[in-house]
Amino acid sequence: MTYRNPPTTPRKSATFDDYTLSEIRRAAATGIYDIRGAGAKRKLPHFDDLLFLGASISRYPLEGYRERCDTSVVLGSRHAKKPIELKIPITIAGMSFGSLSGPAKEALGRGATLSGTSTTTGDGGMTEEERGHSKQLVYQYLPSRYGMNLRDLRRADAIEVVVGQGAKPGGGGMLLGQKISDRVAEMRTLPKGIDQRSASRHPDWTGPDDLEIKILELREITDWEKPIYVKVGGARPYYDTALAVKAGADVVVVDGMQGGTAATQEVFIENVGQPTLACIRPAVQALQDLGMHRKVQLIISGGIRNGADVAKALALGVDAVSIGTAALVALGDNDPRWEAEYNELGTTAGAYDDWHEGRDPAGITTQDPDLMKRVDPVAAGRRLANYLKVMTLEAQTIARACGKNSLHNLEPEDLVALTIEAAAMAGVPLAGTNWIPGKNGF
Amino acid sequence: MTATSKATLDQAHARVFDLDVMSLRELNQALHSLAPGSNETAWEVLNPKGNHSVAVGVDQPVSIDVRGSVGYYCGGMNSGGAITVHGSAGPGVGENMMSGSITVKGDASQYAGATGKGGLLIIEGNASSRCGISMKGIDIVVHGNIGHMSAFMAQSGNLVVLGDAGDALGDSIYEARLFVRGKVDSLGADCIAKEMRPEHLELLQGLLDRAGVTGVKPSEFKRYGSARTLYNFNIDNADAY
Repeated sequence: MTYRNPPTTPRKSATFDDYTLSEIRRAAATGIYDIRGAGAKRKLPHFDDLLFLGASISRYPLEGYRERCDTSVVLGSRHAKKPIELKIPITIAGMSFGSLSGPAKEALGRGATLSGTSTTTGDGGMTEEERGHSKQLVYQYLPSRYGMNLRDLRRADAIEVVVGQGAKPGGGGMLLGQKISDRVAEMRTLPKGIDQRSASRHPDWTGPDDLEIKILELREITDWEKPIYVKVGGARPYYDTALAVKAGADVVVVDGMQGGTAATQEVFIENVGQPTLACIRPAVQALQDLGMHRKVQLIISGGIRNGADVAKALALGVDAVSIGTAALVALGDNDPRWEAEYNELGTTAGAYDDWHEGRDPAGITTQDPDLMKRVDPVAAGRRLANYLKVMTLEAQTIARACGKNSLHNLEPEDLVALTIEAAAMAGVPLAGTNWIPGKNGF
Repeated sequence: MTATSKATLDQAHARVFDLDVMSLRELNQALHSLAPGSNETAWEVLNPKGNHSVAVGVDQPVSIDVRGSVGYYCGGMNSGGAITVHGSAGPGVGENMMSGSITVKGDASQYAGATGKGGLLIIEGNASSRCGISMKGIDIVVHGNIGHMSAFMAQSGNLVVLGDAGDALGDSIYEARLFVRGKVDSLGADCIAKEMRPEHLELLQGLLDRAGVTGVKPSEFKRYGSARTLYNFNIDNADAY
């Protein structure tokens, strides 16, 4: 028997991992950067890294099924004659018709309305489906101004001036030709089938002083009735929040890097912007420094998945959260029932993110008439409403355990962090210690 | 004429808003409160003094004479009004106009007619940079010159310039038509000079007529529009961006 030297186990590089290698090969073969939907997929400090303390001797809990725990929130009371009153502090984020199918937009409206919350248009104008089925509809005012018109502005319930979004702070939109159907092309005043590039900057204002004048114009056009939100990506949350307040916003929306997009470069999604968790305390601090906390409402979005995430965000000082990706999953996005078709597209349920290609087996991120029939707006709306209800009940369960009769009474003192990073970002102590990194000189 | 009879005459002919006495809010609210078919079709705004958002969101076919210069966004989102600024206009005059007309007797600042969907914007003086940016169906006629980056990402509609155009005209343009009588400092990405065919001469004559331009022939203009090479992404065009 001949002696063989013991072999080493084949070792792959942590730096050049399988995904990295595949991306190098793909780039070399195609000469085009990778474009995809959704938000950052990398592992980030997140709400999972926080825990609630619950009640103990010093704090007593509320009875789970008997004592009331308020979930309502009013948005836009600073200047608007008609603020938005929501039953739950979870709203539906802006997602465009064009990126999403008409039935999917209708389902979002139905689900939100059943739940007493608002939904939001997107970079493609307002459709009858969503206006008709959304009791409270926020109309986005975007750099592209696709479909922007006076009638829709006046029949909106609130206006959201979009400066940026978490997936791509500083980036414009992109809708590839295969999704520019006749209807989408008409709403956007563009030729059918072209790759449509949305601007990254507003065409008629730059900087905070202009924004103040722009907001004044929107208020004058709508007779000071409607709340005006300003949405920013998670870039400089302290200064962006402060400047939005200075410009006259009623509501500030801060979208962290886990917040989804219809289509953007992978390199942009994964490398620009800050995690949602890192954005909250600076934004809240800006409001507190200006004496505007709870007067100008703060909405946070990007990676909100369950009632615990909602409760943690509220405990850190936000007034409401917004969901996009999770809402699409509730409608049926990435459902394993379509696994065979995901496989044909070279992916698997749970990983499908080529939303820009318009071939979504679940019928949500498509303009294909046959695929979009797979979304039953009534049933999908019901699922979204169920999901929102569960999230709300989960958040209430935690709040009652912390002795709070309103979700908005949750506070940072109810939280600890599992990691030093999360402790520093959230400004709460590392579990088992009284150490908040960055506070008191440490 | 006595003071009383002068006031009676004004009421009969025009509803006068003096912004030295009344607020901008009162002016815009009064315009928005007009019922369809109202016979208050003539309005006059005195002492605008650079106010922003003068006569925004008008949605009735009324005429509004603004006696002086205005700040940002005069006539923003105008839908059917015929607004005349007897002075100069700040940034974004007629932004996102839906229909109707706006005439600026003096000069206009940046972004005149930005994202306009329809109607006619006439600048009798010069317009600054980014005139007609992202225009979506509006017609714009500028008697003088326009600044740089005008008609950036212009999607639809017509921009007519009797004078010269600055750098990067029509950068990333879609299907808007640009007609310039004078020189163009430079064209932006994917914008090229195009043949002036009979239908374009006819279209241009119509625009000049609507804008009250006389003594100028369509044949004196050059037409510019999209080369359409950037309509679908191609890596070999990356240097153009």
